[in-house]
Amino acid sequence: MPAASSQAPALSGRWCRLHPLSPIARIGITLGVVLVIGVPSFTGQQSPSGQTVDLVVVGAAAVLGVAAAVVSWLVTRWRVVGDELQIDTGLVYRQSLRFPLRRIQAVDVVAPLTARILGLAEVRIVSAGTGHHQHGRLAYLSNQEAALVRAQLLALAHGLARETPEPPALPLFHVDNGRLIMSSLLRGWWLGPLLLLAVGAVLAAVNPGGPAGSAHGDTAAAVASLISTAVTGVLALGLDAARTVNGDFDFTVGEAPDGLRLHRGLLQTRHETVPYGRIQAVRLLQPLLWRPFGWARVELDVARQPEARHQGEARQLAHLLAPVASLDQARWLIGRLAPGVPATLTRSGAPPRRAILRAPLAYHYLSIWHDGRWLVTQTGRVRPALVIVPLEKAQSIRLESGPLLRALRLANLRVDTAGRRWVAEALCRDEDEANLLVERLGGLARQARRLSW
Amino acid sequence: MEYRRPSPRMWIARQAVLGLSSLILLAILALAGGLLAGGAGAGIGIAVVLAFAISSWFVERGRYRSWGYLERDEDLVVRRGLLFHRLTVVPFGRMQFVDVTAGPVDRVFDLATVQLHTAAAATDARIPGLRSADAARLRDRLAQLGEARASGL
Repeated sequence: MPAASSQAPALSGRWCRLHPLSPIARIGITLGVVLVIGVPSFTGQQSPSGQTVDLVVVGAAAVLGVAAAVVSWLVTRWRVVGDELQIDTGLVYRQSLRFPLRRIQAVDVVAPLTARILGLAEVRIVSAGTGHHQHGRLAYLSNQEAALVRAQLLALAHGLARETPEPPALPLFHVDNGRLIMSSLLRGWWLGPLLLLAVGAVLAAVNPGGPAGSAHGDTAAAVASLISTAVTGVLALGLDAARTVNGDFDFTVGEAPDGLRLHRGLLQTRHETVPYGRIQAVRLLQPLLWRPFGWARVELDVARQPEARHQGEARQLAHLLAPVASLDQARWLIGRLAPGVPATLTRSGAPPRRAILRAPLAYHYLSIWHDGRWLVTQTGRVRPALVIVPLEKAQSIRLESGPLLRALRLANLRVDTAGRRWVAEALCRDEDEANLLVERLGGLARQARRLSW
Repeated sequence: MEYRRPSPRMWIARQAVLGLSSLILLAILALAGGLLAGGAGAGIGIAVVLAFAISSWFVERGRYRSWGYLERDEDLVVRRGLLFHRLTVVPFGRMQFVDVTAGPVDRVFDLATVQLHTAAAATDARIPGLRSADAARLRDRLAQLGEARASGL
């Protein structure tokens, strides 16, 4: 295929640089910020000497930044040879990264805003490391090249011929953008600023105008500070909502043979693949304010290495299956991922009646269901949550009971997985039943592991 | 199957620590009470320390008795807790590593703690108060079993 090899000679074993525009894409935002802050200060500057100093400082910073980015681009080379992806980088500290293709778990394509404007994208390689996850990054390639590299790396990783096209993904879910915007505004945190405003209004009403005394002045000041705090809160919440909308805009889930394909983003787009084997748990959540609309969220927990606990890295990991969906959509999605799992638990899995004494509010939601492959538990007081855990992923099973639970002959059962976000919790089970469950789940988990191995 | 228990030395060690700290506390409180309020003060100080020591002794004994572990064909069961009972089942195939630790007091009494780690952070399987030779043997056995039954994440 001459077209393909001319587009990406690195894939046929020749050392290549990244796209020549990568330095600009990399420092684009920083440079923009420097110029935006720097330039107006020249015009506002009075003395000519101060102006020159500013100009020199800003100019030097910009030149240094550009130079660093260009040098980094110059010394970075990559190629695919044999069954390895090789990346050489670094000027002072030379770094040679080798990624065995067989161990590649997923290839993600991410395009931040500046890169998107330039028609570039970053290819991120997630491979299964024994000790720690090492991410290979190719920042940046042109869009077509990125797509080609992704398809070919995936084909090679699965031991197929290089030219095998990427298997088509069956679309499962597409978020309703209007609903996404609405739902991101419907957060419980809004109650804070509203409460402040209400207090301000009450204060103002209780102590209106009246004789111009010190009490009146104090009230006015208090009301003003309350309002300003509320406004700040509203701004912060609005920003948070905007970030959610920006990140999860056009959220699409597709089902492909090698894993779930997630596409999302407004300004920055991401194309991710989550291999089925990495999914440790799925959770269906119904936040309080969404319940009148019948909306729900489907979340995902993947195994993460200790390193990935850093905030930035954690945010990069896929963590959602549906930012907001109707309950029916969410249940259908879960049924698709975990065939045979009921998306609503019946009361047959409820704990004994006396558990209502221990958990008066949550009792209505507590329930459990399992078969040979899946364990489903339901908990929640304000936010009912359904956690689905594949038994083959169970790391340990715990049974706990405090004095109150023991007096009621109840116990809490927990099943841990390698995911770090939730554990499956079967709360307030009958003691005898819980003991039986520990044995039964342990045995089923063992069988499930054997089958999957 | 019968749960295996930590070594009785662990109980001796716990009592020794309790006794020693109670003696120090006793000396301080008796002295302070005596200086502040004479004989009556010293008496109150001694009574307080004694009450504390006796109740701690019962709690410690309950805790010591609650520890137990069971090696089965496919998994390890650890139970503990006096007020809050906890039982943890860890399949051998899920063990990532085992470590053996011994603090200063443990070393005086030739004791060690064996701790199991899985990929889940919440797993809390710890067996304290084993003779160091037993701890080493258990560690090797667990590592061996873990290797034989290891499976991926």
